[in-house]
Amino acid sequence: MEHPLLVSSSPHLHCGMSTRHIMRDVIIALVPALIASVWLFGPRALAVELVCVAAAMAAEYLSRIVMKRPHTVGDLSCIVTGLLLAFNLPSTIPLWQAAFGAVVAIVVAKQMFGGLGQNFVNPALVGRIVLIGSFPAEMGNWETPLAWLGGVDATTTATPLAQLKENGDALFDPLEMLLGIRGGCLGETCIIALVIGGIYLMARHIIRPLIPITYIATVFVLTWILGENPVAHVLSGGLMIGAIFMATDYATCPINRGGKFVYAIGCGLLTVLIRVYGSLPEGVSFAIVIMNILTPLIEKVVRPRVFGSGKAVAK
Amino acid sequence: MGISSLFRQSGGVHAPHRKHTAECETIVMPAPKTIVLPMVQHLGAPCLPLVKVGDTVEVGQMVADSAAPVCAPIHSGVSGTVTAMKDILLPGGRTCQALVIESDGEGRVHESVRPPEVNTFSDFIAAVRKCGLVGLGGAGFPMHIKLNPPDRNSIDTIIINAAECEPYITTDYRECMENSWDIISGVQTVMEFLDVKRVIIAVENNKPAAINELSRIAKRVSTHERRVSVKSLPARYPQGAEKVLIQACTGRQVPVGKLPGDVGCIVMNVTSVSVLSRYLKTGMPLVQRRLTVDGSAIGKPVNLRVVIGTPVQDVLDFVGVDKPIRKLLMGGPMMGIALMDTTWPISKQNNALLALAQEDAVRPDATTCIRCGRCVDACPMHLLPTSITKAYKAGDAEELKRLNLMKCMECGSCSFSCPAYRPILQTIRMAKSLVRSSK
Repeated sequence: MEHPLLVSSSPHLHCGMSTRHIMRDVIIALVPALIASVWLFGPRALAVELVCVAAAMAAEYLSRIVMKRPHTVGDLSCIVTGLLLAFNLPSTIPLWQAAFGAVVAIVVAKQMFGGLGQNFVNPALVGRIVLIGSFPAEMGNWETPLAWLGGVDATTTATPLAQLKENGDALFDPLEMLLGIRGGCLGETCIIALVIGGIYLMARHIIRPLIPITYIATVFVLTWILGENPVAHVLSGGLMIGAIFMATDYATCPINRGGKFVYAIGCGLLTVLIRVYGSLPEGVSFAIVIMNILTPLIEKVVRPRVFGSGKAVAK
Repeated sequence: MGISSLFRQSGGVHAPHRKHTAECETIVMPAPKTIVLPMVQHLGAPCLPLVKVGDTVEVGQMVADSAAPVCAPIHSGVSGTVTAMKDILLPGGRTCQALVIESDGEGRVHESVRPPEVNTFSDFIAAVRKCGLVGLGGAGFPMHIKLNPPDRNSIDTIIINAAECEPYITTDYRECMENSWDIISGVQTVMEFLDVKRVIIAVENNKPAAINELSRIAKRVSTHERRVSVKSLPARYPQGAEKVLIQACTGRQVPVGKLPGDVGCIVMNVTSVSVLSRYLKTGMPLVQRRLTVDGSAIGKPVNLRVVIGTPVQDVLDFVGVDKPIRKLLMGGPMMGIALMDTTWPISKQNNALLALAQEDAVRPDATTCIRCGRCVDACPMHLLPTSITKAYKAGDAEELKRLNLMKCMECGSCSFSCPAYRPILQTIRMAKSLVRSSK
């Protein structure tokens, strides 16, 4: 035989799905929200998104060179991080601040811990939290949606959550909330676009409904019990984008289903506690980051039952 | 369904079926000039040769056996002369003795080949042993051990495994289509001797013709006391794995560290049942078997009836190869073993020979684990491949044991579904040897 035979361990077949495919699907799922952000906040939103993605890609590329590791820009995960960070910023943020956030997300939260899959907190959320801490004024400057089309007097507005916090019950129009016509980060407001993306991810088996549904249901039930307006809480702030795109981040959520369930309940609980009792109007980012940190612990405690055993695998 | 389904790990993967040979009627491949019979063609102790170099042998003659309890004798599939006794390299890397028999082309049948007299259960078990029958689905467990469990009275169900969940392979399907009556008569015999009231023939639902054919006959032989039914199962790899199959058919889970017999079940491969019934009628032991020959290097995939011991090269020459072979698999693409060369003979439990061309042979380089959890979801035993990998890298044998590493049946669903192309099963195999050596 002219070619030597390859010998390798079974299986000799692969499903064909790669990391790059997964990230590409996540990017596709973010496109509806991207379109909505440009519709709501104008070209300025697109500029923030482009700056975040470019900065994230550059940071990924350069940090791999510095670390003398193989390049990973091709797995597209840095684009996902850049986009998600942009979606969590107000459209008015100075572009250099947006770029700074993206660099922090990629370099500090991701690459310093070994890159994709090794980070213990969601990089985009770390970027956002660092920006909130560093530039609180710019991070709380909410542009009125559709103001860029003209015809609106006020150019800045308060978010529904801030209104909820101040006035108890906000002026609340469910249809406008679904379309995203309210103050907020540029990618978090349009619920319809986010849900379309989520359904796409579930249909493509990139994520399972367990975390988003448990997270949202927990927030709904708890706010209802606490006498808040549960519908307003579910539709406002970053809950949808957090539950669908951030809490489901592979690297930072528990790997088995029981763990995912506990984790999602924890996210919901912390979100409500911060929103209702905390001094901040919004708690999704902090809730998810805290649960990210608890993930290894959850994985230790909640383990799947091995086939043919009544007890958990190990303690 | 319900809350618990959120936590339950379903396990398994949707492997492509690629049953190109499903409608390929079995072609008889003429006996080769030389056959090679390794002394290990089953799980258990190796056989010892009963013949010497220079001896004349005939078709159906027992040429190797052992006094060890877990073992199945080996018969010659050709008439001719024993020309050599040599050590050959097993695909796993160990060596074993093998008999080389040169065929005289006459195909004379040995005088011992006549229908066995079977009246009692012990006659039956002796006959099964004499037939040399092993599990033909791939595991090669000696059938006379399987059919003689320690607590025979506790067995209430026999499951006939015709799931054939491995991609490409259609040997069991062809058995269902070509020899359905042999299957059913074998089922009846086993039912009677083991005094079992329920037989379930399990077929994946991607083989409707086999389900129809077997249901039709099963209905005719099924009585109130002895019920034979056909169960259609979702086509989801590894549906045919013994423990997965038992749960799918009976709802029973074989407990950790226990055997199918502990939940009252015996699982038999469908072709094994059929071979057994033919042996009881004709007395011809297991000397031939059906083999699916397929893969991207093969132009015209076929199902062949080959003499056991036929070297792989002879099979490839007979079938014809279109493209250069880069990887040669004994068995299916999920659990099959990659061969080092083409001199290895077809043995009893080999159900397929897959010749893969370059494009199918190479797995892309592994990238970093992204913790997507696909391996965890895919594991039919509900293990945690990610934690196993970590514990192996840390050299922690205790943690590996706690993770129930040894429960892994090596179905390969984890590696199959890994988007980072990580060789997870290979790591698990190395972890297993770490645990074994740490004892």
